[in-house]
Amino acid sequence: MAESFSYRVVRVLVLLFLAAFTLYPLWTLITISLSTATEAGAPFRWIPEFLTLHPYVAMWHTAPLLLYLKNSAIVSSSSAVVSLPIALLAAYALTRHRLRGRGVVLRVVLATQAFPGVLFLLPLFVIYISIEHTLGIPLDGTYLGLIVTYLTFALPFSIWMLTGYLAAVPPDIEEAARVDGASRMRAFISMTIRMATPSIVAVGVFTFMTAWGEVLFASVLTDGATRTLPIGLQLYESAKGLVIYWNQLMAAALTVSVPVVVGFMVLQRYFVRGLSAGAIK
Amino acid sequence: MVSKKVNTRPSIAGNGQPGLRLPRRHRTRGGAEPILALLPALIAMTLVQIGPMLVGVVMAFFRLTQFTIGNWLEAPFAGLQNITLAVNPTEPIGREFWGSMGLTALYTVLVVGIAWVFGMAGAVFLSDQFRGRGLLRSLFILPYAIPAYAGVMIWTFMFQSNGAINTLLGRDLHLLSSQTFWLSGAKAFGAILVAGVWQMWPFAFLMLLAGIQGVPGELYEAARVDGATRWTEFRDITLPVTRDVSRVLVLITGLWTFNNFTTPYVMFGNAPPASTNLVSLQIYINSFVDLNFGLGAAMAVIMIAILVIIALLYIRLLRLNVGEVPNG
Repeated sequence: MAESFSYRVVRVLVLLFLAAFTLYPLWTLITISLSTATEAGAPFRWIPEFLTLHPYVAMWHTAPLLLYLKNSAIVSSSSAVVSLPIALLAAYALTRHRLRGRGVVLRVVLATQAFPGVLFLLPLFVIYISIEHTLGIPLDGTYLGLIVTYLTFALPFSIWMLTGYLAAVPPDIEEAARVDGASRMRAFISMTIRMATPSIVAVGVFTFMTAWGEVLFASVLTDGATRTLPIGLQLYESAKGLVIYWNQLMAAALTVSVPVVVGFMVLQRYFVRGLSAGAIK
Repeated sequence: MVSKKVNTRPSIAGNGQPGLRLPRRHRTRGGAEPILALLPALIAMTLVQIGPMLVGVVMAFFRLTQFTIGNWLEAPFAGLQNITLAVNPTEPIGREFWGSMGLTALYTVLVVGIAWVFGMAGAVFLSDQFRGRGLLRSLFILPYAIPAYAGVMIWTFMFQSNGAINTLLGRDLHLLSSQTFWLSGAKAFGAILVAGVWQMWPFAFLMLLAGIQGVPGELYEAARVDGATRWTEFRDITLPVTRDVSRVLVLITGLWTFNNFTTPYVMFGNAPPASTNLVSLQIYINSFVDLNFGLGAAMAVIMIAILVIIALLYIRLLRLNVGEVPNG
């Protein structure tokens, strides 16, 4: 069945437009990150006059980028590692027990998306301070406070995705393990989790990405020593008086985007399956 | 810890249809086990989300300022004062709040609408077979993978008067003055709109693509035998089969966009032009810049009440089966 010429023209035009819209900022990001500070401040050229790697060297000194990178790495990976077992347990309860669970999970996920972060930012901060005073657990300006916050933010969507994946693993496999004498939980861990490993890794990466990019809570819950990348990168705009080091800012933005972009691209088909599991029936 | 009282039904492998999936039959009432398994998630969400939400609602009824926040448990009760202050359109604060709500509603409709159109166009055309579609697909989802704040920083640079937008639209295409100031006045709305669409449409694209790919190919083949054009195919097959996806998509992207804080904050910090003063940022400024926490909480409560009402109406009117058990 041949496609008509006019249809193909429309397709090419639409896809070209979408590709240009997507690429235009990425091209700017890459070329400015390879430009001198003078050129980055001058009217934008499609192709820079001089190419230099200097911004990628200087960015480490203009702001303590390495510290922010380390902080974000600790906070994001801890959130992912701690939230996964919690989400898996919840997904286990919802898929393997006769709870009216799936519907509840989906409603809770939607409800949490309706909460504006600004509503519970201050109460959370105040609660953390109170816990710190009464129980002596330091949560303000510490990694711990951020990790607890981010792992929870990611829970609803993680549980949503995991229930979708786990429901798709045939329970017969667990039954087989249980015939061999394994407990229900052990059968779940040894068989189902092993079969769904790539999807589970994808959920971990999702949590990592949530923590890696969060701005609002990081702006209040971090201090100079625990500041994460989203807040730290804003220092390039005010580092030396009014001059903005756009070339270094773009170099830093590109550098911090690479790990999550790679992780997302490698696991993209699991995200698509997981995110659409709740919506597509 | 783990309950040993698992039930010992015979395996369905013996029922003559080994490949059949019967998930219901395999769910058991496990006594305390499912509750224990859900507990860690419940505790975390109570501490970080549900608890603070409730405290936030309570705060809306107290006079909480920088003077009383230190000893917040003893802050004076304000009754409905914060709420009436926030909603009274004859006073500057109320006027600003409703202006911000209206602006956010407009922003949400535009971002969600444009993201859906772009996402649908990309998904429909990439469902065709042609060379390079895998590459385009990966390209299209890039903006969603990039951290949101990094994306906003790029657009902030592009909208500078020396930036890439003026080079393209002004110097090269002569559509505008190449000295246009995008980041002040009403034009700044265009800047947050473009940045918002750029980051949102790949999500719509991914969901809709998955929806279209779930359609059996025979449906389209049968339509073509009947002489359907591409347009009638889209109208009679693609649109109806992706309707459920679209509805959930609009709900989720709508809530995300209405609550969007990152885009105007990263672009403008604590002093946004009026045209970019989205309601989350407005509440943030009331709370953390003007340090009137009670007022900020009152605004947030009104905002969430309106959001919840709209979301419930939406779910009810479209008979959205949120959480219906598939193959249950």
